[in-house]
Amino acid sequence: MNLTLKVWRQKNTNTEGNFENYDVQGISEDMSFLEMFDVLNERLINDGKEPIAFDHDCREGICGMCSMYINGSPHGPNRGVTTCQLHMRSFKSGDTITVEPWRAAAFPVIKDLTVNRSSFDRIISAGGFVSVNTGNAQDANALPIAKEKADEAFAAAACIGCGACVAACKNASAMLFTSAKISQLALLPQGQAEREMRAEKMVAQMDIEGFGACTNTGACEAECPKGISLENIARMNREYFGAVLSSKEHE
Amino acid sequence: MSWVTKTLSSSLGRKLIMAVTGLSLVAFLLVHCGINACIFLNDGGETFNEAAEFMAKNFFIRAAEIGLFAGLILHIVDGLMLWSANKKKRPVQYAVVSKENSTWYSRSMGLLGTLLLLFLVMHLKHFWVVSRFTDVITGGQKTLFQEMQEVFASPIPVIVYVVGCISLAYHLLHGVQSAFQSIGWNHPKYTPFVKAFGSWFAIIIPVVFAAMPIAMHLGLIK
Ligand code: HEM
Ligand code: SF4
Ligand code: FES
Repeated sequence: MNLTLKVWRQKNTNTEGNFENYDVQGISEDMSFLEMFDVLNERLINDGKEPIAFDHDCREGICGMCSMYINGSPHGPNRGVTTCQLHMRSFKSGDTITVEPWRAAAFPVIKDLTVNRSSFDRIISAGGFVSVNTGNAQDANALPIAKEKADEAFAAAACIGCGACVAACKNASAMLFTSAKISQLALLPQGQAEREMRAEKMVAQMDIEGFGACTNTGACEAECPKGISLENIARMNREYFGAVLSSKEHE
Repeated sequence: MSWVTKTLSSSLGRKLIMAVTGLSLVAFLLVHCGINACIFLNDGGETFNEAAEFMAKNFFIRAAEIGLFAGLILHIVDGLMLWSANKKKRPVQYAVVSKENSTWYSRSMGLLGTLLLLFLVMHLKHFWVVSRFTDVITGGQKTLFQEMQEVFASPIPVIVYVVGCISLAYHLLHGVQSAFQSIGWNHPKYTPFVKAFGSWFAIIIPVVFAAMPIAMHLGLIK
C-alpha cells in the first residue's frame, strides 16, 4: 500500500506545531498503524531527520499508551480497538490519512503526537484506590460478591486510561474515564471504605485539571476502545450527589 | 465555600441544575400545550379563554410562574456559561473531526437553546407582556384568543414560531433523555422507556404547538 500521511509535528509544549506531509510506500495490509509509523520513522532516521514522537507500549490493546487521532476519530475509524490494534487493511492504497494528537487543555502536547496525560494520574491519586489490610492474603472466597456486580465492576475496570473519551468529546470531558474508575470500586465490597470520599475527591480533581462538563452526546462511549458504558457516568452522578448529601465531613 | 455552593458549582452540580430546570420546563410545556390545544375545539376560543383566565388569576399558578421564570433564567445562564466554558477546554481545534460518534443536535444544545431564547423574547412580548402587564385583556378590550388571531394574521410571526418549534423539538430530542442521565437515572429497566418518552415528547409537543399559528393563519380556527 502507498499512503500519504498528514502528521502533526510540534517540537515541544511551548512551540506552535504544524502539519507535515509524508509519503509512505510498500506498507503491508497486515501491519498495525503503529508499525506503519515505525517504517516511516526508520526512514526519517536514516535520512538524518527527526523521527515522529508517538506513545506506545504493549501494542496489544491493554496499556492505553497509544493515542492517535486518525481522520477525525481517536484510535481511527474502527470501533472497539486501540491505535495499536488498528490494521492497515482498514485503509485503501492511495488514501491520505490525517494524524493528530489528543487535543484538550488538560492534555498538553509534549512532542508531535505525544500528550501529557498525568491529569488522569492525579484524578486516580485523588481517590481511585482502596485500603488493604497487611498480613497474609485472605481467602479469595471470603467476600461474597454477586455475579452481576462482579461483571459490572469488571466491565468498568476494562478502562485502560487511554484518554480517547476526552479526545472524542466536544467538551474534552473526562467523565467516562473518571466514572469508570469510580464505578469499578464502588461496585465491590473492597471499595466501600473510601466510597464517599472517593466520588467527591475524584470529581473535584477532574474539575481542577480543566476537563469540560458532560453534555451526554455519547461520543466517548462510541469511541472508547473498551466499550465503557455511559451507565458509569450516571452511576458517578449518583455516587457524587449521594456522597455530598450524606457525608458528615465538611470544610 | 459551603458544601452546597461547592456542589452546585462543580461540573456535575451545574449539570444537575441544567437537568432539574430543564425538566421543570418540560413539565410546564405539557401544561402550556394542553391549555393552548383548547383552541382546536374551534369554539371561538371560549374554552381556551376560560382556561387562560383561570391560569392568570389563580394564586398558586402565579406563584409557580415566578418559580418557573427563575428556573428558566437559571437554565439559560447556566447553559450559556457551560457552553462557553466547555469551548475553552479544547484551545487547539482538530483539523479533521468525524461526526459519526454522536448526533448533530446533541452537539448543538447551546445553539438550539439560543434560537429558543430568541423565539422566547418575541413570544413573551406577544402574549405574556400583553396579558400580564397591559389591561388589553383584563380590561376586556380583546380576549387572548383574539390577540392570537391578530398576531398570526401576518406570516412573519408564523414562520418565527415554526422555526422556534423546530428548535424546541431538537433541543428536547436530546435534552429530555439527557436530563435523566444527568440526575443519575440510567438503568436497563427504565432507560428504554425514558428514551422513548423523550423522543415522543420532543416530537408531539412541538408539532401541536406549531400547528396553532399555522391553523390560525390559514383561518382553520375561528
Ligand atoms: C431559552 C433558552 C434556552 C437555552 C439557552 C437552553 C440551553 C440549554 C443548553 C446549553 C443545554 C445543554 C446543557 C448541558 O447539557 O450541560 C440545555 C439542556 C436542556 N434544556 Fe435547554 N435551553 C433553553 C430553553 C429550554 C427550554 C424552553 C426547555 C424545555 C422546555 C429546555 C430543556 C432542556 C433540557 C431538558 C436539557 C437537558 C439537561 C441535561 O442535559 O441534563 N431548554 N439547554
Ligand atoms: S473510558 Fe475508554 S476511552 Fe476513556 S480512558 Fe477509559 S478506555 Fe480510554
Ligand atoms: S500500545 Fe498499549 S494499548 Fe496500544
